Formats: sequence, structure tokens, C-alpha cells
Amino acid sequence: MELLNTLVFLFDSTIRLSVPLLLAALAGLYSERSGVFDIGLEGKMLAGAFAAGAAAAVYSSAWAGMAAAIAVSVFLALVHGFASITHRGNQIVAGVAINFIAAGSTIILGQAWFLQGGRTPSVGSDARFGAIHLPLADAIAEIPLIGRLYSDLISGHSMITYAAFLMVPFTWWVLFRTRFGLRLRAVGENPAAVDTAGISVAWLRYRAVICTGILTGIAGTYLALAQNAGFVKDMTAGRGFIALAALIFAKWRPVPVMFACLLFGFLDALSIRIQGTVFPLVGQIPVQFMQALPYILTVVLLAGFVGRAIPPRAGGVPYMKER
Amino acid sequence: MADAAIELRGIDKSFGAVHANRNVSLKIPAGTIHGIVGENGAGKSTLMSILYGFYQADRGEIYIHGQQAAILTPNDAIGRGIGMVHQHFMLVHNFTVLENIILGAEGGPLLNPSVAKARAELERLERDYGLNVDPEAVIEDLPVGLQQRVEILKALFRGAEILILDEPTGVLTPAEADHLFRILRCLRQEGKTIVLITHKLREIMAVTDNVSVMRQGSLMATRRTSETTPEELAELMVGRRVLLRVEKGEAKPGELLLSVRNLSVRDSRGVTMVDDVSFDVRAGEIVGIAGVAGNGQTELLETIAGIRKALFGTVTLNGRPVDLTGEADPGDLRKRGIAHVPEDRHNMGLVLAFEESENAILGYHRQKRYLKGPFLDTEAIRQDALEKIRKYDIRPPDPRLKTAKFSGGISKRSCFRASWSRILKYSSSASRRAEWMLAPSSSSTSV
Repeated sequence: MELLNTLVFLFDSTIRLSVPLLLAALAGLYSERSGVFDIGLEGKMLAGAFAAGAAAAVYSSAWAGMAAAIAVSVFLALVHGFASITHRGNQIVAGVAINFIAAGSTIILGQAWFLQGGRTPSVGSDARFGAIHLPLADAIAEIPLIGRLYSDLISGHSMITYAAFLMVPFTWWVLFRTRFGLRLRAVGENPAAVDTAGISVAWLRYRAVICTGILTGIAGTYLALAQNAGFVKDMTAGRGFIALAALIFAKWRPVPVMFACLLFGFLDALSIRIQGTVFPLVGQIPVQFMQALPYILTVVLLAGFVGRAIPPRAGGVPYMKER
Repeated sequence: MADAAIELRGIDKSFGAVHANRNVSLKIPAGTIHGIVGENGAGKSTLMSILYGFYQADRGEIYIHGQQAAILTPNDAIGRGIGMVHQHFMLVHNFTVLENIILGAEGGPLLNPSVAKARAELERLERDYGLNVDPEAVIEDLPVGLQQRVEILKALFRGAEILILDEPTGVLTPAEADHLFRILRCLRQEGKTIVLITHKLREIMAVTDNVSVMRQGSLMATRRTSETTPEELAELMVGRRVLLRVEKGEAKPGELLLSVRNLSVRDSRGVTMVDDVSFDVRAGEIVGIAGVAGNGQTELLETIAGIRKALFGTVTLNGRPVDLTGEADPGDLRKRGIAHVPEDRHNMGLVLAFEESENAILGYHRQKRYLKGPFLDTEAIRQDALEKIRKYDIRPPDPRLKTAKFSGGISKRSCFRASWSRILKYSSSASRRAEWMLAPSSSSTSV
């Protein structure tokens, strides 16, 4: 029973921790599949989180928070698009710029508006995306194992969590079963083929980065209004980059992206769980090591275990008509 | 003359300093195969790209079936029944044939119904024109001949009545080319109008009804194919009398210069591309290596040039061994007299963002004649480039022009000549060192 409790607790936090990664990684998938590399997921998520925290505090509404987060994040995505699609700038530089702008401006605006050292005021439960209790969760909670799993693991998450996991099959469907998806995949591989087929490369890529903006906005909302009760400075803490790693690790495919994010989420959960635990032989594992573990694993996985991850062929290259 | 499917009036187009099309007017009757010939850089591809809406003409008008047409995007062209098969195929390499064909002409936001409809339409097209391709095959697994067929199907699927083919046979074997011509004749029978851009006179004579000749951006003449001769066309193409038969003196092979023994090469995927190849080359010889692209010629030449590592085998250059299985250094081999004109000149031969003069010395930039102390002697480099431009007729004659602006054939020539002049120099030098040109022949010009 002790073991089951531990496992349920562990997997429950795995799900919670992997949601922002999953949303950000799926966000990156749209952009990168269209041939626009996006290293600015982190910045867009952070700006989204700030906007969510600020709007939710002012209007006392979680939905206002999400709307603001999506608006801000889509705006930044469009800036990225304007620089790298319209002006054919370097996509990595544009992405880094967005990260810096987000990191700096959220603190400055937060201090100027709310005077709490860069935080946004804590919001009440009505301005947060609280836990949803699925039907029958209490009724079958007494059934051993299945009841436990259903009521503690599946039920009791925020709405965004369910939406994030539903986004996985939805993204797969969009990518492989719709006209938009076909064109999106084509423009990331050979934009000239798309251009000669009479489709606008720029407009297609803009739509892709807008999708990215919407999803990073939701990821930011999750951090500020589901995991927390407001914005805290630098609250993304590198999740945008881990999401990018998960995206590469999953070779830009939606379902593997989900498993990669769950793996990284699990490592995060594990590091929290075994803090302070004394192990035979090794003794207590330093907190710092456990916190570094997801990052170390990212490096190890990407360096050796994934095999060759072939990115979309036209990724990172601005499209120019050739003679 | 029948109703004109296409009429161009006074088309003019410049790319910066390059005047690609000069006041071109042309009528193409419906239901015919019309050839457009010209040397590399004569402006054939540009003209057709304008017709397809890929570029806009600076001046001039386009009429399709007698109606003036504003073709600003490929969509406008497709809407007017114009389809184009580009020289470099516009296919998505990891898509299936079917996905490539419906791309841009899906017919609905969801794929499943479009795919089902396309499959039926494709079967009809395959039946009508004998264009058989497996719709589920992935493009990168198909040989180029079939990839080209997919391009033609793509155009027909969009309802093309006018089909433009840009240098369609460059990548094909003679048998594949003949098959293509059978398809084209079949399409003509169905009433389609076909424009064939090429620089190969054999093809013009074999398949076209009428032929137009372009030279330096201008349209020189239009002839009925039955009333003209290859000699006349060649003369119109280059502007002077040409001997189509190459006057070849008896080769006088001299001493043994290059000797390749049991050379085997594997590519990055571990596939054996060159398998136990041995041959000798003597001084004063031109040795051709024949084969369809992708059968190891590139790998063979790259290995001898020191770019690729050999699995095993020995190469002797001028009596001294070259260690190709270890770290052969292309720079060192260049000093020993080998020059390599790569097949993919955009990626390997030239730096497109460089000026012509800079590209001309690349790889030879350590020679004293280009240096002033530790620095490059820009003046000497420009002079040197000007000399080569004159000698080898590189157009436009501007050593400071960015290489990206040269047309395909010219950029090859400039890359080729850059190495060539080196060879001339070496052959006149007292040391009588080996002079080696490795030039892939698969895409070379033939008149």
C-alpha cells in the first residue's frame, strides 16, 4: 500500500509537471514542422504566464488571464514570424531576442504595475484553473487499484491538463489528416514545391507560428494559473528549452512528443520525490544533482540514444525564390 | 496556323545587371510540341518562369488562347491551365506520390475525401497516358524517371492544357528520355500544348513541331522543325557557324599519370558505391566515365579528388602513391595537379555569395601571384578574373558580380574554367607535373 501510494503520488506529479512541457513542445512542433525553428518557446511561455497572472489579478478571471496570455504570446510569435519569414532573418537570433525581451520586460512591467518585486498578486481560486473532479471519481474511489488510479491519477487535474493531452491526438489529426497539415509538412521540407503549387509559403508559415503562439500562451497560463496562483519571475525555468529537447528527441512527431514530455516530467517528479531520502550505500543524494538530472538526461539522450533526429529539411532556412 | 495557345508580346526581364529576356515575342500554336533551344544562360528558363508566374516580367504581355492574362503567381498560371515540370523537381521527398500530387489541389480541408478522389483521377490519367506510378510509393525511393512522371501527373491532375518542361532529359537515361517523348506525343494527341526547353538539338529534332531559338535573352528565330536542320539551329544558338562533328585528332596518350587499383568506397549510409574499380589514365587523354546518375561516378571522382575516404584500394598519381584510405588532403592533391569540378557546384564548387573573382581563386588563394605580403592582392585577383572572363566567354563580363546571379550553365563554366586555367598553367610549367581534371559528365552540355 505504501508503494502504491508512492507510485500514484509520483505519477500524479509526473502528469502535472509534464503539461507545460507538452504544450510548449506541441507549440514548437507546428512552427518547426513548417520550417521555422523556434528557440523562443521559453520566452513566449514566460510572457504568456505573466500576461495570464496580470490579467487574472486585474479582472479576477481565469479566462481573462488565458485570453491575455494567448494574445501576448501570439504577438511575440508574430514578431518572430515577421523577423524570420517576412524579413528572412536568422531564426535562432530572433528566438533568442524574444527570450531576452520576455525575461526582462515581465520583471520590469510586473514591478511597475504591481510593486511586488516582479510578481503578480496572488489570485483567488475563482481566477485559477482549479482541479476538475471527473464523474464517479468519489464513487469508485474505494475499488482497489482501478478506483485509486481513476480518482487520484486521472481525475482531479485542471482543465488545461486534459486539454493538453487531447491536443496530442488533435495535433496528429491536423498534421496527417487535414489539408493544412499536409501543406504544413510540405513547406517544412520543400517550400519551393509549395510555392510552385500556387500556395503562399509566407502565409502558411505565419499560420504555423500563430498556432505556436496559441499553445505557448496556454502553457504560460498553466504555469501561472493552474500550477501557481500568479506569476513569479522566471517561472518557466528553462521548460521551453526542455520542451525543445523533447521535440527533437521525439523527432517532431506528436505522439512521441507526449512520451518524451512524460519522461522529462517523470524525472522532474522523481527529483522532487527523492529529495532528502537516504539510500543504502550512496546515502543522501544531493538536491542539486537531482535537480540537474533532467538536464543531464536531456544531454545524454540527445547525444547518443535517440539516433539521428532528422529535422524538417527546410528548417531554419528562410525561403527565397531561386533562379 | 492554328489558334495560338500562348502568345508572348515584348517580354523583358532583368535581374540586376543580368538582362535575362530582351523584348521576346513568341506564338505557340495549340496542340503542338514547341521547342525552345539556346545555350545555357540564354534566358529560356526565365521566360518560362515568367509564363508560369514565378517571376513577373518588367515589360510585356501574355495572351493565353487569345485572351490577355495577368499571370502574377503560379496560381494564376495553374488557373489558366498552365502546368510546369521544373528542371529541379518540385517534390516533397518524404511524401508519397499521391500526397505530392494533391498538394495545393486538395479540394477540401480534410485529406481523406481528397485522397480518394485523387486516387480515382490518377487511375484515369495513368490509363489514358500510360503514366504508371505506384501512388503509395515515397518520392525519395523512386528513380528520377518516375519522379518526373509524378511531376507530369501533378500538372495533368490540375487540368493543365499547356505543359512546360524545363530541361526534362538532363537527368534521364536515353531509354527514359525516349519513354518521355512517347508520353509527350501521346499528350499532343489528346490536344495538349507542350513547351519543351532544352539545349539538346537531338531532342528538338526528335519530338518537336516548331522550334524557337534564344540567344543572350533575345528570341533569334522560330522555325518549323521539319524545315530546319541541327546545323542551322546550332548556328542561331551561338551566332556563328558551328561544326557539329567535333574534329578530333588521334589521341596521343603519353606517360601513365593516374592509376587506380581496386578502389572501393562506401557512402555515409554504409552502402558500397564504388566496388573494386581499377583504371589507368595517361597524359593527353580524355577518359569518360559513363553511367546513370547515382551509380557511383560522383563518389569515384570525389574519392580521387581526396574529398571522400576510400574503403580500400590504391591510387598512384604520377608514380607516387596517394593515401586515399587515410587523410587525403584535397589541397595537397590540388598542388600535385588534380583539379576537381564538382557535380553540385552550388554546394561544392562555388560560394554563391562571393564575387566571381573571389570564386575564381578559391583553393588557389595561397599562390604568390594573388598575395601582397600576408594579404590578398585584390587588384591582381580582379585582373586575373577579367582575363579568364575574356578567355572563356563568361557572361555577364563583370568580375565583381555575385556568383549567385550567374545562370546554371554559366556558373558551371566559371567553376570549370577556374580550374582549367590552372591546368594550362601547369602544363606549361617546367616540372611537367600531372594535370588532372575530374569533371562529372552526367550533366555536361552536348550539342
